[in-house]
Amino acid sequence: MSKVTDAFKKRKAFIPFVTGGDPDISTTEKLIPAMAAAGADLIEIGIPFSDPVAEGIVIQEADERALKNGCTTDKLFDMVKRIREKTDIPLIFMTYYNPVFTYGTQKFMDRCVECGINGLIIPDLPFEEKEELADICQQNDVDLISMIAPTSEERISMIAREAQGFLYCVSSLGVTGVRSQIATDIGRLIKKVKEVTDIPCAIGFGISTPEQAGSMAILSDGAIVGSAIVKLVAKYGSDCIDPVVNFTRDMRRGIEEAA
Amino acid sequence: MKKGRFGIYGGQYIPETLMKAVQELEEAYLHFQNDADFQHELADLLKNYASRPSLLYYAEKMTRDLNGAKVYLKREDLNHTGSHKINNVLGQVLLAKRMGKTRVIAETGAGQHGVATATAAALMDLECEIFMGKEDTERQALNVFRMELLGAKVHPVTSGTMVLKDAVNETMREWTSRMDDTLYVLGSVMGPHPYPTMVRDFQKIIGKEIREQLQEKEGKLPDAVVACVGGGSNAMGAFYEFISEPSVQLIGCEAAGLGSDNPKNAATITNGTVGVFHGMKSYFCQDTYGQISPVYSISAGLDYPGIGPEHAQLADNGRAQYVPVTDSEAVCAFEYLSRKEGIIPALESAHAVAYALKLAPAMRKDQILVVNLSGRGDKDVAAVARYKGVELYE
Repeated sequence: MSKVTDAFKKRKAFIPFVTGGDPDISTTEKLIPAMAAAGADLIEIGIPFSDPVAEGIVIQEADERALKNGCTTDKLFDMVKRIREKTDIPLIFMTYYNPVFTYGTQKFMDRCVECGINGLIIPDLPFEEKEELADICQQNDVDLISMIAPTSEERISMIAREAQGFLYCVSSLGVTGVRSQIATDIGRLIKKVKEVTDIPCAIGFGISTPEQAGSMAILSDGAIVGSAIVKLVAKYGSDCIDPVVNFTRDMRRGIEEAA
Repeated sequence: MKKGRFGIYGGQYIPETLMKAVQELEEAYLHFQNDADFQHELADLLKNYASRPSLLYYAEKMTRDLNGAKVYLKREDLNHTGSHKINNVLGQVLLAKRMGKTRVIAETGAGQHGVATATAAALMDLECEIFMGKEDTERQALNVFRMELLGAKVHPVTSGTMVLKDAVNETMREWTSRMDDTLYVLGSVMGPHPYPTMVRDFQKIIGKEIREQLQEKEGKLPDAVVACVGGGSNAMGAFYEFISEPSVQLIGCEAAGLGSDNPKNAATITNGTVGVFHGMKSYFCQDTYGQISPVYSISAGLDYPGIGPEHAQLADNGRAQYVPVTDSEAVCAFEYLSRKEGIIPALESAHAVAYALKLAPAMRKDQILVVNLSGRGDKDVAAVARYKGVELYE
């Protein structure tokens, strides 16, 4: 079984996201093992992109900060390699297709294997285009994570059937970012997924409080939180470790209490 | 071959949330493409509202001065709203209306596409919101006010480099959050399928008219067609008719800004590499890690780091050539055409005129060169004055 799927085995998963290299590589390098110890089950590391079309303003600005401070794909691979000496938590890179394509998909995959990356989320690589990356991912045991959105409807079973690792369920229309309410009937979407596959489903986009994380985890197998953490990184800079650790604990507790 | 592909280029590289919207658009487009009623209404709008066909003007003084090929100007600048953009916009906004949408959104660089979209939305009673890089709202302030006069809401985009590519990002983000009642009216032959094909189809009337008009005047095909290329819609519109005519040389003029070896340029085919961005695989100006480069051109409409996927294919297979033209060459051509023919071209179109100034003298006198004059230059007068260090007071 894939290491990514394994992360959902013992409990409802809490999946934090951080933009790699925000504000600098050494902060991200400390954050990841700290979040793993504080109750994360799987961690998404964003490779910053100049034009993150699926992101709201919080992650856009994080990408800008990281790039401005010299973050590159190679530096993140090297960082992951060092992190792997401290934690074996499943790690996923989240980025856009261009940084992968331009790096060279084979070379990118070789480095994922070398450094210990377990999965990839590429928001601008929908089902129709995924084949140019899916085969090479499969050959290297790197899960290419698929997404479903509130607009997916009749596409859900097609996507779910070929999903790897877990299925990323987008909670709402629009881009990433904190939302006060999640209006989509996400439970219905997940029911449709479970009709065709037993792959774990995690919900992301707009989750920022322990209560939201709890209620999303009830509906699914886990909760993904990005912008709320990136906001803490933006606020505290290289001093963000403690606030993010506390936040991670709160979210973990929110999920446990709901479950 | 896969859907929406031009060789390896094109595709639909967009978030899952938008897939439904582009598939719905594709379905509607395929349907109305063969709908006599829709085609009749569009033809009527193009003729009686946009004033097509646009003139094919014999530039006699320019021809005499250059002492080479006979130069014709395809006068897209004479269309209603002042550029070729109206051809595509009337098609897409009419389509939006037939799809039951009540709101259109669009990106704009120089403001020409935004003005055209605001115009068509006013005509067809649709709500309209335009996203425009903050830097462009400043260098094209007049067009911002024009859009507002037409009833559109203009959002200055402050993310990223605050120019055209960032306006596209922001319009895509907006569409992701609201697509039920909204169509994204994309301004060029770029973005995810079906846009590159659909926009080309709405623009191919340019080349069709060139063929007919030249047949009437000269009884033959042109020897060369020259057009400026940002995303590439006026060029694709002018070229498409002639792709299957190997005797017709097709030349796209890219914005080389301060020079194609200076980082401040936007010459995508000259300097770019293959990548995936804004929904398509094509050539982009980018670094070795796939970060999109900030590009630059004096002309806001060409200030874009990519090019439509069909152009990428034409460049690879050699059917069209793409040449860099600098700011200073474009400004010289802007002044040249103004004085020589009494026609002030858009700075975008001036890039094509600039290359024609080099090409025509190298051609035989019995040959014909057609320049696609994609837009008029009124909007650029202030920018050219600034470039020349002249201060204007209004």
